[in-house]
Amino acid sequence: MGEAGMNGAGRGASVTLADLEKRYDRVNAVDGVSLDIRSGEFLTLLGPSGSGKTSTLMMIAGFEMPTAGDIEIDGKSVVAMPPYRRNIGMVFQNYALFPHLTVEENIGFPLKQRGVPKAERAKLVAEALELVHLPGYGARYPRQLSGGQQQRVAVARAVVFKPRLLLMDEPLGALDKQLRENLQLEMRRLHADLGITFIYVTHDQEEALTMSDRIAVMNDGKVAQVGSPEDLYDRPTDRFVAGFIGESNFLPAIVRGMEDDIVVAECNGTTIRAVCPGRPATGDKVTLTTRPERLRFTDSAWNATPPQNRLSVTVTEAVFAGERCRYMLQAGDGTSLVLKEPSSAAIQRRAIGERAEISWSVADTILV
Amino acid sequence: MILTRLLPASVVGLILFFLAFPIVVVAIVSFSEATYLTFPPPAFGLRWYQAYFSSADWLKPTWVSLWVAAAVVVLATFLGTLAALGVSRLSRPMRIFATGLILSPMIVPGIVVAIGIYYAYSRYGLVGTPIAMVLAHTCLAVPFVVTSVTASLAGLDPRLEQASLSLGATPGATFWQVTLPLIRPGVLVGALFAFITSFDELIVALFISGTGAVTLPRRMWDDLRFQIDPTIAAVSTLTIVLTAALMGCAHILRKRNQA
Repeated sequence: MGEAGMNGAGRGASVTLADLEKRYDRVNAVDGVSLDIRSGEFLTLLGPSGSGKTSTLMMIAGFEMPTAGDIEIDGKSVVAMPPYRRNIGMVFQNYALFPHLTVEENIGFPLKQRGVPKAERAKLVAEALELVHLPGYGARYPRQLSGGQQQRVAVARAVVFKPRLLLMDEPLGALDKQLRENLQLEMRRLHADLGITFIYVTHDQEEALTMSDRIAVMNDGKVAQVGSPEDLYDRPTDRFVAGFIGESNFLPAIVRGMEDDIVVAECNGTTIRAVCPGRPATGDKVTLTTRPERLRFTDSAWNATPPQNRLSVTVTEAVFAGERCRYMLQAGDGTSLVLKEPSSAAIQRRAIGERAEISWSVADTILV
Repeated sequence: MILTRLLPASVVGLILFFLAFPIVVVAIVSFSEATYLTFPPPAFGLRWYQAYFSSADWLKPTWVSLWVAAAVVVLATFLGTLAALGVSRLSRPMRIFATGLILSPMIVPGIVVAIGIYYAYSRYGLVGTPIAMVLAHTCLAVPFVVTSVTASLAGLDPRLEQASLSLGATPGATFWQVTLPLIRPGVLVGALFAFITSFDELIVALFISGTGAVTLPRRMWDDLRFQIDPTIAAVSTLTIVLTAALMGCAHILRKRNQA
C-alpha cells in the first residue's frame, strides 16, 4: 500500500457468472459460461479473438445484455442494473480518454458524477496521478501524452472513485513489447496496492501467465479450463488449452493399462507413462502432450533427473536462437516433436539427420 | 515542358474566371456613381450603399431575413442534431430509410418543394406570415444540419460514451459532458449552413412570403422586375460578404474538428 492512501483496506468484489449466454443473430458469442471470481483476485479471460472473452466482459460492465444466465456481484444480481450504477472501473482498449478534457478533468470525471466537491476532487485526482507515477501531468490533454502515459491515465480514471472491481479490455494491446512488459509488472503492483478484484481480458498468453492469479481460457464461447498459470501450463485438461498456452508436442498413443494414477500407453512400440485426471479404458486411442523445453537428449549434460519416458528420434532441423537451441525431431512413426535445449558453449549442437534418444519426466506428460 | 505546365494552369484560370466573373462585376458595379446599371462604371463611390442603408424598403426585408434565418438556425440545429443522434442509433436498413426521408428536401427540386409547401400552408392560412417562412426554411435547413452532425458522429469512438457510463455518468450527463462537446464543431457547421440556406433562399419565398413576410432575396427579385437601380448591386455585395464570412467560419470549424 503506497503513501497515496488509496483504498488499501478495502477488499474486492466477488463476481459470479452463472450459465451466462450471449447470442447475436444465431451465433452464440458466449455459450454457457460459469465462473466464480473471488474477492481480490486477478483473473484473466484468455482466448483467441471470437472466443467470447470481450462479450463476457461487456456483460459484466453492463454494455451488453445477457441472452440467458445471471451475473452476481457480491451476491447480488446486476443484470437489470444500468452500467452507470454498477460502480465498476473499466480500462478500455485504446484507453477511451475524453479528448476534450485535460488529464485532471478526465480523472476527475467519475468524481464529478458522484457529486464530490471540487477541493476533495483535486486531492483525489492528485493521489491517483501519483499512484500511476504521473504527478504534474494534470493540465495536459490526452493527445499530448504517449501511449503508455495515456494508459496510466485511463487506469487512474478507472480507480479514482475506489470501485471494488476493475475490468480491463486488452489495455496493453496497442503498446510495444518493452513498455508492455513494464506495465504488466505495474499492473501487478497496482493490484497488490489496491486489493480490489481485477478481471483482465487478453489474447496474449504470456501476459496472462505473468500477471494473473487465475486464468480462464476461453474457446468458442465456453470456458475450456480455469486454473492458476502453473495449472494451465503443467496440467492442461484439453488439447486446445495445451496448444494455446505455450508450445506443446502431441503424441498419438494407445492405452495399455494403469499403474495407480499413471496411464501406461504405447506410442509406436515405445511405452510412455503419463499423468491423467480421468481413467481411460485399455485400448483407447489417446493423445499425450509434453512441453518442448521439458524434453532432453538422454546423453546431454542438462539431463540431471532420472528420465522416465524415452523415445528414439531423428534430428530434422536445428536452430540456434540465442538463449536456447530449438530442434525439430521425428519419431519412428513420423510424429514431429519440438525440443528446446538451453544453449551452452560446452554443448555441441546436434547435426541434421543424427539419431538420438530423448527422455522426459512422467510428471511432464499429460493425457489430454 | 512549358506547355504541359501552362495548359492546366490556364484551364484552371479560365474556370475560376468563369465562376468568379459575375460576382466581381456585381461588386464593381456596387461602387458605381452612375444612376443606372452600367459596366464599367464611369466613377466610383459609396452612393448606392448609402441608398441601401437609408431606405426602409431595403432595411425592412433585411431584418425579416435576419430574424427568419436566426429562428431557422435555432429550430433546425435543435431538430437536426436530435435527428442525427436518433438515426445513428438505428439498424442499417432503417437508417438508410430515415436518412433518405430527412434529406428529401435537399434532393427534390426546389420548385416542387415550394409548390408543396405553398399548397399545404395556404390551407392553414400561413402564407405571408414570418412563421411560414421559418417553418419552410427549417425544412430546407434540417438536411444540412443532419449531414454535418452525422459526419461528426461517425468520427466519434463509441467507447467514449461507454467509458462515460462506466464512470457513473447517466445517459443525460454523458450527452452533455461527452457527446455534445465532441460533436460541437459539426453542430456549429450545421447551424451556419442552416443560416445561409435560409438567408439566401428565394424560390419558397416567392411562393409564401406574400406581402407580410418579404425577405431580402424576395425584395431583390421584385426590384429587378420593376426597376433596375444599382442599389441591388450594393445589397448583393453585402450578401456575398456575409455568406463568404460564414462559409469561412464553417471551414475553420471543420479544420479544427479534424485536428
